[in-house]
Amino acid sequence: MIRYPYNELEFTFSSSPDETYEADFLIGLYRSMLRIRMIQEAIESRYHEDEMKTPIHLVIGQEATSVGVCAALRTTDQVYSSHRTQGNYLAKGGSLKGMMSELYCRLNGCAGSRGGSMHLLDKSVGYAGSSAIVGGSVPIATGAAFGAQYLKKDQINVVFFGDAATEEGAIWESINFAALKSLPVLYICENNFYSVCSSMEVRQPKVDIYKKAGAFGVNSCRIDGTQVLNVYEATREAVKIARSGGGPTFIESVAYRWRGHGGAGDDSASGYRDPEEVKAWQKFCPIDGLYKDLMKKNLFDETRNSSMKKEIQDEIEEAFQHAINSPNPEEKDLSTYVYSD
Amino acid sequence: MPWAEALITSKAAGQEVAEEGRVLAYVDALHEALTLALELDPKVFVLGQGVNDPRGMFGVTTDLYKKFGEDRVFDTPLSEEGLTGICAGAALNGTRPVYLHNRPDFLLLTFNQLVSHASKFHYIDNGQNNVPMVVWSAIGRGWGSGSQHSQAIQGFLLGVPGLKIIMPSTPYDAKGLMLAAIADNNPVLIFDHRWNMKAKGVVPEGIYHIPIGKGVYRRRGEDLTIVGTSHTLALALEAMEDLDKEGISADVIDLRTLKPLDEEIIFESLKKTGKILIVDTGPAMAGVCAEIGCLVAEKGFHDLRGPVRRIGLPDSPIPAGFTLEQYYFPDKDRIAKVIREMVSGA
Repeated sequence: MIRYPYNELEFTFSSSPDETYEADFLIGLYRSMLRIRMIQEAIESRYHEDEMKTPIHLVIGQEATSVGVCAALRTTDQVYSSHRTQGNYLAKGGSLKGMMSELYCRLNGCAGSRGGSMHLLDKSVGYAGSSAIVGGSVPIATGAAFGAQYLKKDQINVVFFGDAATEEGAIWESINFAALKSLPVLYICENNFYSVCSSMEVRQPKVDIYKKAGAFGVNSCRIDGTQVLNVYEATREAVKIARSGGGPTFIESVAYRWRGHGGAGDDSASGYRDPEEVKAWQKFCPIDGLYKDLMKKNLFDETRNSSMKKEIQDEIEEAFQHAINSPNPEEKDLSTYVYSD
Repeated sequence: MPWAEALITSKAAGQEVAEEGRVLAYVDALHEALTLALELDPKVFVLGQGVNDPRGMFGVTTDLYKKFGEDRVFDTPLSEEGLTGICAGAALNGTRPVYLHNRPDFLLLTFNQLVSHASKFHYIDNGQNNVPMVVWSAIGRGWGSGSQHSQAIQGFLLGVPGLKIIMPSTPYDAKGLMLAAIADNNPVLIFDHRWNMKAKGVVPEGIYHIPIGKGVYRRRGEDLTIVGTSHTLALALEAMEDLDKEGISADVIDLRTLKPLDEEIIFESLKKTGKILIVDTGPAMAGVCAEIGCLVAEKGFHDLRGPVRRIGLPDSPIPAGFTLEQYYFPDKDRIAKVIREMVSGA
């Protein structure tokens, strides 16, 4: 049984058909999504080696949300995430080597092997951190927005979280405060219908998530999260509002999680969802969709696609080697940075 | 006037300040600390439910918003968890929030952000970020405050790495520790006590810091060591005034900070007296008393000449009613009784 059919979803915002983009911009979006996909697949293929001793939460199928949102941001804008970090981190420009070293628990990991896969950060590109507690980053990002407003910094603050985070009280406390103070914050709800193995229907009444946010007086919309331009344009609009002092926007971006909640592979055979549902959503791949579109418009070709893949593959291999050959922390590293001076 | 308020007021009225200098009430010392911090650093802001109301958080924040504006001193929604995270996020982004609560009981709503986020970021960010924020609250007691408005939760938080916990007992320390906490680059909790709020003491003008993590002797003596903080320490000092007449003397140590803990001063005194009584406003079980007791057993065993004793709250909820409350909370007579037992070896 397909519990959540793609075709039955209703969206309140979609990209404008009249909008024209430079080819390089579109190819850039494609490359960014493809790169995230290939990195995820590489991690997945080597996860069984047990050398990446950290949980992994793959974002395969949902790449368009990360890429579309981050394409509308500046480097100085701040991004926070939930446990499913990798797409957000990479789309914002986080160092791949830093991430791979973190997954391999190395001293030179982006969080010095103290964060693991669920707490990546790269301050140099405005990827500000994440929380392994569902919803935990939402107040933090709201506070970042408050800090930016207080210090009169031109800084947009974005937080990615899943559908289940909207079952946590503190996110509504945050949205209430953000609306009250007109904070420059974007709430990006990546709705993939499942919290680990629990479907939406056992967790929430049938009220659209974006409508709940709307009830707090914030701008809100639901978009097709398999279409990167939808995500980009919705975010661009939200950013414009926030930069001009118009306050927060809540974007519910719907896209399916092709893999299990954590670890490698799809676990739908375990019975919590129908493997047919996964297959059905795979027809709406954000990367294939954009690729076909680019081909149709003669903006791209197979040769360029192959060389792009080769380039990404080389980068990935280099990052793995970097991580594998990096030193482990030592016992003396354990007790540093408990307190700040 | 509620009896608790009347008691606090009457005690303060009878209090004599022996030292020379400007005398301030505890609450005014705190108010002055916040004023000075707000004047000094535009990155400091003060928030909390009720900070701008006419009662101004017992008087700690009265009219601050009139001087500094409602952008810097503002009333909040009741969203304790959300706002703790918001403070942490603002602190990560270059500001210095001071978040005030009427009672520590409300901090129980904030543990996700306090324990799993604010206190962790510096470490899990590998030192790349810090969270300079202060969370202040005042422990209640009396007039029906009961099980949900009188809890002292410092013991619950003692085992949380990355936090600092301050519990002053004098106006001088309250001001100096508040200023030190605001200047500190870590999340700092300050637990004041409602019953200390009207106590008077000499308070210097201007900015000064009391070092976080340093205890101080309030009395010197021979027969035993008493360690504690805040209101319970004040009760212990009252008990010692009575026991003075019986020829009993004690080192009374005001720890002022529970985390980091000044172990040195505890062991220095214990070496001399060989006996230790730990007093705390929170539960005796698994709290401050338990931790210090264990520390003494572990590192000071050979200096001990009698059993470790502790006076905290019983392992039962705090009753609301007047009569039950008299049985529940320690007072100076109960503390004196335990001290007599310790000295006589009974």
